[in-house]
Amino acid sequence: MFSPRPVNVFSYPLPVNNQGFSSGFCMISDQLYQALQDLVGKKNVSLERTDRITHSYDATQHEHLPEAVVYAATALEVQEVVRLANRHRVPIIPRGAGSGFTGGTLPVQGGIVLVLTRMNRILEIDQENLTATVEPGVITAELQRQVEQLDLFYPPDPASREFCTLGGNVAECAGGPRCVKYGVTKDYVLGLEVVTPTGDLIHTGGVTMKNVVGYDLTRLFIGSEGTLGIVTRITLRLLPKPAAKKTMLIQFGSIEGAARAVSAIIAGRIIPTTLEFLDANTLACIRDNPELPIVEACQALLIVEVDGDEDMLERQAETVLKLVAELDVVHTETARSEAESEAIWQVRRSVSPAVRRINPNKFNEDIVVPRSRVPDMIRALDRLSERYQVPIVNFGHAGDGNIHVNVMVDLSQPGMQETVDQVLEQIFQTTVDLGGSISGEHGIGTAKAPYLHLELDQATRAYMLTIKRALDPDNILNPGKIFLADDQATEQLR
Amino acid sequence: MKELQLFAEAIDQCVRCGACQAHCPVYDQERSEGTVARGKLALAKALLNGQVQIEQRLAEDLSLCLMCGSCVLKCPNKVPTDQIVGAMRRLITADQGLTPSARAVSALTGSPRLLNRLVKTVDLLSPALFRKVPSSSGLRLRFPLPGQHNRTLPATASQSLFARFPEYTQGQADRPVVGIFAGCATSYLFPAIGAAMITLLTRLGFSLFFPHDQGCCGIPARSAGNGRLIDQLSSANLRAFSRRPVDYIVTACASCNAGLRQLSVPDGPPPFADKVLDIHQLLCQEGIDRQLAALPRGRQAVTVSYHDPCHLRTRGISEEPRRLLQALPDCDFVEMSGADRCCGLGGTFSMHHYGCSQAIGRRKLPGLTASNAALLATACPGCMIQLQDTINHAGLPVRTVHSLELIIQALDGQRP
Ligand SMILES: Cc1cc2nc3c(=O)[nH]c(=O)nc-3n(C[C@H](O)[C@H](O)[C@H](O)COP(=O)(O)OP(=O)(O)OC[C@H]3O[C@@H](n4cnc5c(N)ncnc54)[C@H](O)[C@@H]3O)c2cc1C
Ligand code: SF4
Ligand code: SF4
Repeated sequence: MFSPRPVNVFSYPLPVNNQGFSSGFCMISDQLYQALQDLVGKKNVSLERTDRITHSYDATQHEHLPEAVVYAATALEVQEVVRLANRHRVPIIPRGAGSGFTGGTLPVQGGIVLVLTRMNRILEIDQENLTATVEPGVITAELQRQVEQLDLFYPPDPASREFCTLGGNVAECAGGPRCVKYGVTKDYVLGLEVVTPTGDLIHTGGVTMKNVVGYDLTRLFIGSEGTLGIVTRITLRLLPKPAAKKTMLIQFGSIEGAARAVSAIIAGRIIPTTLEFLDANTLACIRDNPELPIVEACQALLIVEVDGDEDMLERQAETVLKLVAELDVVHTETARSEAESEAIWQVRRSVSPAVRRINPNKFNEDIVVPRSRVPDMIRALDRLSERYQVPIVNFGHAGDGNIHVNVMVDLSQPGMQETVDQVLEQIFQTTVDLGGSISGEHGIGTAKAPYLHLELDQATRAYMLTIKRALDPDNILNPGKIFLADDQATEQLR
Repeated sequence: MKELQLFAEAIDQCVRCGACQAHCPVYDQERSEGTVARGKLALAKALLNGQVQIEQRLAEDLSLCLMCGSCVLKCPNKVPTDQIVGAMRRLITADQGLTPSARAVSALTGSPRLLNRLVKTVDLLSPALFRKVPSSSGLRLRFPLPGQHNRTLPATASQSLFARFPEYTQGQADRPVVGIFAGCATSYLFPAIGAAMITLLTRLGFSLFFPHDQGCCGIPARSAGNGRLIDQLSSANLRAFSRRPVDYIVTACASCNAGLRQLSVPDGPPPFADKVLDIHQLLCQEGIDRQLAALPRGRQAVTVSYHDPCHLRTRGISEEPRRLLQALPDCDFVEMSGADRCCGLGGTFSMHHYGCSQAIGRRKLPGLTASNAALLATACPGCMIQLQDTINHAGLPVRTVHSLELIIQALDGQRP
């Protein structure tokens, strides 16, 4: 099944700023360059250094130069580019907005970065069936604005929604604060049009809510990080827009109080839209900001938002406050207006810039643990912080146990990289030990590939690799992602 | 390279989050990474560490920036991309010389004398710079530059502002001395705006210092990457305003406001940074908004909306012009959606990329149309030119005005 190749193309060399490309693949020949120009037009393909540099990174801040950059306008073009790449043995790396946090769109083995941002038409908003059909380059918030004008609602709300693309959301299965109540990207994708790694155009799912015909390929592609196919069209499920929302800020004297409050709210049969928490270390970073309403005794806080019909909200908010009242609460506040709600969210938004002031380098991990284990995880993180003497601040989506763990270091200190590597490994091990997962929404890419084995056993990895190899025999599509080159599981394949 | 080096630390502050994509008007059109702040900063870094040399594509990407500062405002680390682009453009200019349109702009803004004479002898000079066309439907002057043949421009005024007002006007002894910075567009294209500003400030009892040897604020030169001209204009303006001590320097042009603030000396902080005031700020300080609100209301109001010039909006000045407009007795103020979107002018940007500039301008139209405004007020003559051009091309029955024109009319009991 596999074409003989002198080197293992699942290799995982990660030198920053790689100039040469790993062997196994071919360079872009004059012939291929010409063919690409004929296909997408001279203006939409470039081998210039300038363009290679501006397409060499994503939000991980790592850099790998591609050999070429191509902007696609149609599925047909995508298909033809993929076929050319197969013929010429050159990797293809799909790229949306390049806001990924795990290196998904980094051309770690050179090749062609295929940019999809110009495929950005909203093709249809079907108000009768509550669906939207879009091209992959549509920006998440743009779709949300369009559907909200029609009193409809597309819930997944990654913090990057003003600039990330829906194609990227599908590829990473993006989530956000609202996911406690509404679920993540995969809960909204009904159907996909996908260009396969060998250049075929296939259609998965459809436009209906129910569909059990054949394998559920839609789910296979969601979260596949551009390694199994290039999404060229997406059909999404929409909801009616909730009439109103209510935001509450609840401050606690301890993380235990906050954690028990989360359980109490859920056990009280209330599913808030969002349940965000900030731990004591995070609070320490923003406490000096006098504009934020944080009281002195506060050691953890929750931002709780409920949504629905206006008349229900008041009651829900009261119930929430009653449920948590005995749990070490030191202060509560319920927004009475949009402005007050904004002021509460400002607390959450002020975190990222403030955290950066601790140290120049941030390792941002998005682990998930079962909701009830959040306090255990936070305590374990505090111990790690103590033991390795590195600041770790934690905040995130308490409602679904998704914690954003930020290890803040100064990499210019000697030996710091090794320390960070150890700390991260420990964090992921603890996460898995607690029954959790090493990534809730950002994906694996290159950043978490070294830790994949902590969560997935060898047989499972081999199963996944078998799928990848069957669909992409020449490993053309986004090579070097998710799995390590020397993954033991590859042996099980031979 | 030395100048870019000064920004090395700022460039490193870019964490490549990509948030600027949501705020860059050029990216919104082009949707390519080279046009957005993150891409430009990546190129700046690559230039600094020798990973790339100045090449045609790099110069093209750098020309695709309005220097509007929208990205800076929303950047979590406030990386000053607009200034970094300025430094890179100067580097390119030093390396490759000025482009033809940058040369034209520099010739124009670099010489008050040339401009002055130009006004008097438009016909004589027009083959070189401007060409007069029949004055039908607002289409009067055209740029003889490639890609500009469709641009509609206001006519130059018959008498410049300098010919109409003296250098010094004594006000009440206990009131501050205000320096007047007019700017090119106000002096030569829209002297009525400058006249309104000077008249209002005189009535308020300020002493006015209006040095006639002031030059261009330097924004077009910055946009064109003409480092030598920026220095020349800086020293000309410093010299002009050092002739008399002033408490503030007031301008009615958002771009001049930005230009004066950025005006720099070799060592030491920018000398005018704390002195420059937008005219609307000063009028609000003086209670003109309350004075307007107290005027008797007319029966038939004209609907007026407001466009935020980037150079004011990114400095947090958006409240004051609105407060004044809302207080106008014969106007109904309506907020239009997309009021804070860039008009697309961007200094020399619209000369290099008129098509893209027009497309950015057109993004204003849905909001403007929905607002039903008959007048579109703004606080920058540059924006006025661009907005009116956009409106002309769309064939909308809307006139752009400077808010000052409406304010002085109202105070004088005239209807807009
Ligand atoms: C400030 C900030 C906040 C963030 N907040 C969140 C958050 O709250 N929740 C969250 O889940 N994520 C978050 N992210 C991460 C990121 O925005 C998401 O992963 C997003 O889905 C990536 O979309 P993109 O368009 O930027 O994709 P890119 O980064 O361009 O690509 C990501 C991956 O998708 C693949 N890909 C892109 N388009 C396609 C396509 N059409 N077909 C196949 N594969 C494709 C790429 O090859 C790559 O593997 C955040 C990022 C930033 C910078
Ligand atoms: S928003 Fe600022 S930090 Fe983020 S990519 Fe743009 S310039 Fe860099
Ligand atoms: S200054 Fe304006 S045009 Fe230039 S990169 Fe920033 S937002 Fe874009």
